[in-house]
Amino acid sequence: MKSWYYPIASIISIILIWQLGVWISSAPSYILPAPLDVVVSFIDNWQLILEHTIVTLTEVLLGLFFGVLLGFITALYLESSKTAVLFLRPILIFSQAIPVFALAPLLTLWLGYGILSKVVMAILIIYFPVTSSFYDGLTKTPSSFLDLAKTMGSSKRRTLYVIKIPAATPNLFSGIRLAAVYAPIGATIGEWVGSSQGLGYLMLLANGRVKIDLMFAALLTLGFISIGLYGFISFILRKLTLRS
Amino acid sequence: MSAIIPSLYIDGSAVFDGNTLFSVKGMAINSSQWTCLLGPSGSGKSTLLRLIAGLDTHVEFNGSLKASDNLQVHNRVAYMAQSDLLFPWLRADENIKVGSKLRGEKIDNDELEIIIQNVGLIDHCKKYPSELSGGQRQRVALARTLMENKPIILLDEPFSALDAKTRLEMQDLVAEHLQEKTILLVTHDPNEATRLCNNIYLLNDSEIYLTKSLPPPFPKNINDEDVFLLQTKLLEEIRGS
Repeated sequence: MKSWYYPIASIISIILIWQLGVWISSAPSYILPAPLDVVVSFIDNWQLILEHTIVTLTEVLLGLFFGVLLGFITALYLESSKTAVLFLRPILIFSQAIPVFALAPLLTLWLGYGILSKVVMAILIIYFPVTSSFYDGLTKTPSSFLDLAKTMGSSKRRTLYVIKIPAATPNLFSGIRLAAVYAPIGATIGEWVGSSQGLGYLMLLANGRVKIDLMFAALLTLGFISIGLYGFISFILRKLTLRS
Repeated sequence: MSAIIPSLYIDGSAVFDGNTLFSVKGMAINSSQWTCLLGPSGSGKSTLLRLIAGLDTHVEFNGSLKASDNLQVHNRVAYMAQSDLLFPWLRADENIKVGSKLRGEKIDNDELEIIIQNVGLIDHCKKYPSELSGGQRQRVALARTLMENKPIILLDEPFSALDAKTRLEMQDLVAEHLQEKTILLVTHDPNEATRLCNNIYLLNDSEIYLTKSLPPPFPKNINDEDVFLLQTKLLEEIRGS
């Protein structure tokens, strides 16, 4: 119960430090707006922010869905054969060696200014964590479980469905939690590089017009999306794992 | 369909890295009897069990492992280990019938119900393993073994993680339900061996040999004087005095 106090206290501290920074630096509000300015801007522009939030949220959710799906399938494929590991691992590692951000301009060039390039960006950024955490889980089934399955005359396929996948779900879930945090980052980067809608676009636009309070409002909205998404997904995953 | 319960005969030696882990001559694991392999931890007892079950071992076994009906052994084995090996994401009853699920067979629900009743799990069969005590979990493991209905049962120190009282209860319960099978019990506990087993083999100095045969009935009473005396003798033999 008391654990509730701490997050609230830490949020209040941040706002206080922020306000203190405004007072001490006495920076004009087009450089560093005060917390209250941001709240006012939020209220004044709520329709505009909502409009762009819907776009970003759509990109994030689509990216999350397809990224997790692709990661899930890839991990199963990797588990299924040694050749798959030898063939795919270099590609996976190389894809992580390139900063994904650097691909954003290319994606815009290839896929256009629309929603698709942002969804792909989000997929790219979450694909690896999901794949690697789930694959890790699949390869770490306790050997005693596999021995038992063998004495029971289980086939490879049934061992996978009945034992390996359920045993690896905690790993898959931690991958999905990470993905929930990364997906908004991917979508925003995509929007920065080239778009005409979304919170990333709104931030750039507000920045260009020296509406820093609006920029902060958009930035905070993005933060809320990430936290909300993470909380929601954690909640669902906890419900699913409660029994074990 | 009640399959014929075969006896097992084992001859040969297990070699690991050029060294003999154990050698065994004319070991007979008789049907409808309990055979015990007694020996200290790390002596290779479980390796013999794994060889019979057809599981991977790091040893090379030179010799023969035959059933009295000359049919394959590996696919007629059920296995109960020290850790209960329950899947934490399945309820107790789902764990009990997991073998059928793994083979894609239809589940015999009548049989399931009888077994759950016999091992005293009616009130607990909808619980997850994390909600069960150590003794209850081992009961689930026993029920799962019974559900397999295999003629050969391999018991790898299934009672050693239990407290004294629960251990005695489980020994009685298992002995009661596994009478008509071919049983090999691996243990380091001389008391367990004398209470439960017709034939006691000892694994001593890399050699497996028959040290004692006991007349029924089983399980023997804990206050049975013979059990106590024999247990002491076995301990002395293990110590090599």
